[in-house]
Amino acid sequence: MASNVTTPGAIEPKMWMGGIEPMKASYGKLMMWFFLISDTFTFSALLVAYGTARFSFPAFSGEAADFTFSNMYWPIPEKVYEAVPFLHGVTLPLVFVGIMTFILIASSVTMVLAVEAGHRMDRESVEKYMLWTILGGFTFLGCQAWEWSHFIHGTETGSVMKVIQDGTWVNKTVFGANLTENQYGPPAFADFFFFITGFHGTHVFSGVILNILIFFRSATGFYDKRGSYEMVEKVGLYWHFVDLVWVFVFTFFYLV
Amino acid sequence: MAEVHHIHNQDPNAGAEQRKAIWKTFWILLILTAVEFLIAFTVPHGILKVSIFIVMTIVKAFYIVGEFMHLKHETKSLIWSILVPVIFVAWLILALLLEGNAIFNAVFD
Repeated sequence: MASNVTTPGAIEPKMWMGGIEPMKASYGKLMMWFFLISDTFTFSALLVAYGTARFSFPAFSGEAADFTFSNMYWPIPEKVYEAVPFLHGVTLPLVFVGIMTFILIASSVTMVLAVEAGHRMDRESVEKYMLWTILGGFTFLGCQAWEWSHFIHGTETGSVMKVIQDGTWVNKTVFGANLTENQYGPPAFADFFFFITGFHGTHVFSGVILNILIFFRSATGFYDKRGSYEMVEKVGLYWHFVDLVWVFVFTFFYLV
Repeated sequence: MAEVHHIHNQDPNAGAEQRKAIWKTFWILLILTAVEFLIAFTVPHGILKVSIFIVMTIVKAFYIVGEFMHLKHETKSLIWSILVPVIFVAWLILALLLEGNAIFNAVFD
């Protein structure tokens, strides 16, 4: 019996035998990474579904200058997103979405600066940078609310669409977009807009909530008492992921 | 990573190099986005434009994941356990874009 008992330290520790961290990252951080991988699949599914719908639909053939909205072909994104708040009637393609991209990248920078300050146990800097990040998050959400509102209400003239009503094809003027009607193109285009940017916006919103929690906990000295600011790092991973998703949404929904 | 955790001093110069790397990444991302804008309005629509956009998006993703999310500086096993599952996404893209094309041909050709 006694010969079977191993004394601690008798076996040389090996990489995957337990007791050590082979990936040199804490449990919480690893789980955040694996959650983000699963979230990657969800967003990929949404964006790839968009690609499938777009590939199965006719594209607009002709000069971009002659483009008009129709539900017979997929719209050119830069013709759809060309409005900027306070500049009514001015055509500025993709400018507003560019500003939104800049806001999200900037808030990612302040987040990573908060993480860096956390490594130094510099509570004041963590608070300062978390507040900037929260502000960036709210600004982005506000921009998205405006973008949605504009998309839903549409342009002043609307556009004439050929639709089936009571079994016959009729011409109908459509204003704005919802899940069944869309003045910018086929209804599927509006559906994907709402689902993809909506799902991303939900992520931004929950990220802001987490950031506020982190700010509150560092401001009340919770992480000082714990002796580690690693929680800032974990939430930081989530926030950067939200920025990363936006980079892909920006390219595949607005640019291409 | 591990060594960073144990710096618990109040020296304001601690982490100065990291902060420099953070701002460098910020400028790279900003310039890449600005160039994307330029291309959106100068290059005619086609395979070339789409390819440039995809390459630039992957470069931006590399900087966000590598620097901001710090993955570049993690252990090899962690890097690979994050990157390998993304292969499934590559397959999903290929399969469903071909499917979309087939639907187009069936309906409109």
